[in-house]
Amino acid sequence: MPIEILMPALSPTMEEGNVSKWLKNEGDKVAAGDVIAEIETDKATMEVEAVDEGTLGRILVAEGTEGVKVNTPIAVLLQDGESAADIGKDAKAAPASTQDAISDGGQRTDAAEEGSKAAPQDAGEAPKASVPAAPAMKAAADPDIPAGMEMVSTTVREALRDAMAEEMRRDGDVFVMGEEVAEYQGAYKITQGLLQEFGPRRVVDTPITEHGFAGVGVGAAMAGLRPIVEFMTFNFAMQAIDHIINSAAKTLYMSGGQMGAPIVFRGPNGAAARVAAQHSQCYAAWYSHIPGLKVVMPYTAADAKGLLKAAIRDPNPVIFLENEILYGQSFDVPKMDDFVLPIGKARIHKSGKDVTIVSFGIGMTYAVKAEAELRGMGIDAEIIDLRTIRPLDFDTIIASVKKTNRLVVVEEGFPQSSVGDHIASQVSQRAFDFLDAPVITIAGKDVPMPYAANLEKLALPNVGEVVGAVKAVTYR
Amino acid sequence: MATAARKAPAKTKPRSDGKSAGLSAPKPVDFTKDEELDAYRRMLLIRRFEEKAGQLYGMGFIGGFCHLYIGQEAVVTGMKMALIDGDQMITAYRDHGHMLAMELSPRGVMAELTGRRGGLSRGKGGSMHMFSKEKHFYGGHGIVGAQVSLGTGLAFANRYRGNNNVTLTYFGDGAANQGQVYESFNMASLWKLPVIYIIENNRYAMGTSVTRSSAETDFSHRGASFKIPGIQVDGMDVRAVKAAGDLATEWCRDGKGPLILEMQTYRYRGHSMSDPAKYRSKEEVQKMRSERDPIEQVKARLLDKKWADEDELKALDKEVRDIVADAAEFAQNDAEPDPSELWTDIVL
Repeated sequence: MPIEILMPALSPTMEEGNVSKWLKNEGDKVAAGDVIAEIETDKATMEVEAVDEGTLGRILVAEGTEGVKVNTPIAVLLQDGESAADIGKDAKAAPASTQDAISDGGQRTDAAEEGSKAAPQDAGEAPKASVPAAPAMKAAADPDIPAGMEMVSTTVREALRDAMAEEMRRDGDVFVMGEEVAEYQGAYKITQGLLQEFGPRRVVDTPITEHGFAGVGVGAAMAGLRPIVEFMTFNFAMQAIDHIINSAAKTLYMSGGQMGAPIVFRGPNGAAARVAAQHSQCYAAWYSHIPGLKVVMPYTAADAKGLLKAAIRDPNPVIFLENEILYGQSFDVPKMDDFVLPIGKARIHKSGKDVTIVSFGIGMTYAVKAEAELRGMGIDAEIIDLRTIRPLDFDTIIASVKKTNRLVVVEEGFPQSSVGDHIASQVSQRAFDFLDAPVITIAGKDVPMPYAANLEKLALPNVGEVVGAVKAVTYR
Repeated sequence: MATAARKAPAKTKPRSDGKSAGLSAPKPVDFTKDEELDAYRRMLLIRRFEEKAGQLYGMGFIGGFCHLYIGQEAVVTGMKMALIDGDQMITAYRDHGHMLAMELSPRGVMAELTGRRGGLSRGKGGSMHMFSKEKHFYGGHGIVGAQVSLGTGLAFANRYRGNNNVTLTYFGDGAANQGQVYESFNMASLWKLPVIYIIENNRYAMGTSVTRSSAETDFSHRGASFKIPGIQVDGMDVRAVKAAGDLATEWCRDGKGPLILEMQTYRYRGHSMSDPAKYRSKEEVQKMRSERDPIEQVKARLLDKKWADEDELKALDKEVRDIVADAAEFAQNDAEPDPSELWTDIVL
């Protein structure tokens, strides 16, 4: 039976990629280990090796094709005695081939789906028909974007890069430093092109030395420069947390206002997909605990751009928490010369009257999907995207709670002393009389992140939990 | 005393990891009369200031931690004499001497120690946390070793701006065992940053002697893996420190990258006010005080060369005591910070 060669997942979060080149032609003999094609992922161009041997019977996806979903058959390999005529004889060729180990559950499975249904091969695919199709939700217009502004579909990755490039053009004191930010073009391609435009003086590759370069960045900021320090992931910033907190956050206070640290610490935060306990942790609550820091955690590309620009201009240390899974997602970004958003202001992502769902960062993906489902049940939910965790925009939350009288908070971080816990406590103190139900907080489970696909899925929040919480607070 | 002073030069020797080509240990150059008097006055101010701080601590005017610099005065004084305008300094928590060397106001420093509104940090920093952008003093840091990465960052800013300034980054023999010191060494050498790492080896990391805490007790070697040359300097002789400072600042200004100066020094007091210092003998301390004291060395030379007589030195001492008395008076009587200060300077 001919073997289908499937589009491989070549990074933990890859959902699709481009077939940039075929290195074998139809009819060529292929041995296991031969490089047969080049695939461009969201991060890099990778070579694809054959796992099985045989003859390349047919190329199903021509080179230059973009946006090929993971697990799509891209070629067919013929084994001994088979010919091109055998292709398509069986309803389904044996689905195996390149990079099995990686592609199986290589991405985080869709949170909308419940456990048993999602076989690893379904990873990344749209929710199944069991979820009622809802009309596309219109996000509330951001009050900071002038009406009628032309919008451009942009990935979060591009938005972050554009924000840095624009600010570097604007201010010669802004520079970016971190591991692989320059010649490699960014471990997640966020700094792509910056070295070419700004040169090695302003785009600085550091050794693997988080504690040291975080301190170097803070020292440079104390001397008046405006560093953007990229952590390859915020998990690695644990090595540097002393400088973030003791050196960056506290100096302004300790110096009686004489000297501060205008610095941005940015990078991917929280769980990506299948990278296990040490690489899957949300630091929103950690940094939100610290006076002297601002903590930003955007969901959309527009917010990523407008808030990163604001963070770079801010005279204080700003923790800018990104998410690897969101990097490749596209959102409308206003086509403005200088789009800067206010730090500390939440955005009403969708207005509603029955319940308030507060979330931030990737937590928003659960809130948005749950909202669609709830609409099908006749529940009109308001979604607030915090965007900034510190300072926290309680005015917007409380105004909404006064209207809906119900509150659910959604985040991926650990449950104890979570951002949601803090919000619940403040709302119960400031708007107790307006609450018609206890505040429910949805968070990640109180366990280190497991590796196994099914366990990881269980450890993260899911749409069902959000829907369930909303039903509980609305007594449905 | 004079004899003791003359022994000092022998302590200075070149460091040799083989990479120090072109760098030989400087011989202490005799000071002019003006230099001797300047050094004497600067060191005396630190000595008298610290004695007064110790006194005020005992009286309950100063709280918390208070780490005195008595005995180590030559290290900051000699280095300061080698600086040009715009050169920066950063250190850890034994920092009053560094602030006075950088000419921060004695009143401001003392009032910060007593936690008053006229303190350099308006009473919000205390003994370990004072800063002055104007005087290029960047603190005052309480986490052992943190200032080494920060100082490397200050030097990074100098290189970024292409100016001619250098950064003096001070740390102790204890901090020299922190990991981030070596992370910083690596980057400083890789990027040829104009930073002088000054290791004040006062022989004890709090209560642990260098031989009990350090596998390599020659701290001038500590940069060997990063191709940073180092020199051991007699940190009790202000002339030796100045000579090393001249060499090091020139090295950095020439774009040769970082340099390590191990200052062999000694603190007479405990690690902090609450340290009984039982880890060393009274005789050891007494021997240093009577044979190597940095201030007495200068005094002996001044008298020996007849550049000053006892009366003149007494008058100078009185002048310094008056400055310190004024600072102490101010620090005891100045008001505490306004309660509203609790909520200021958190974010801009």
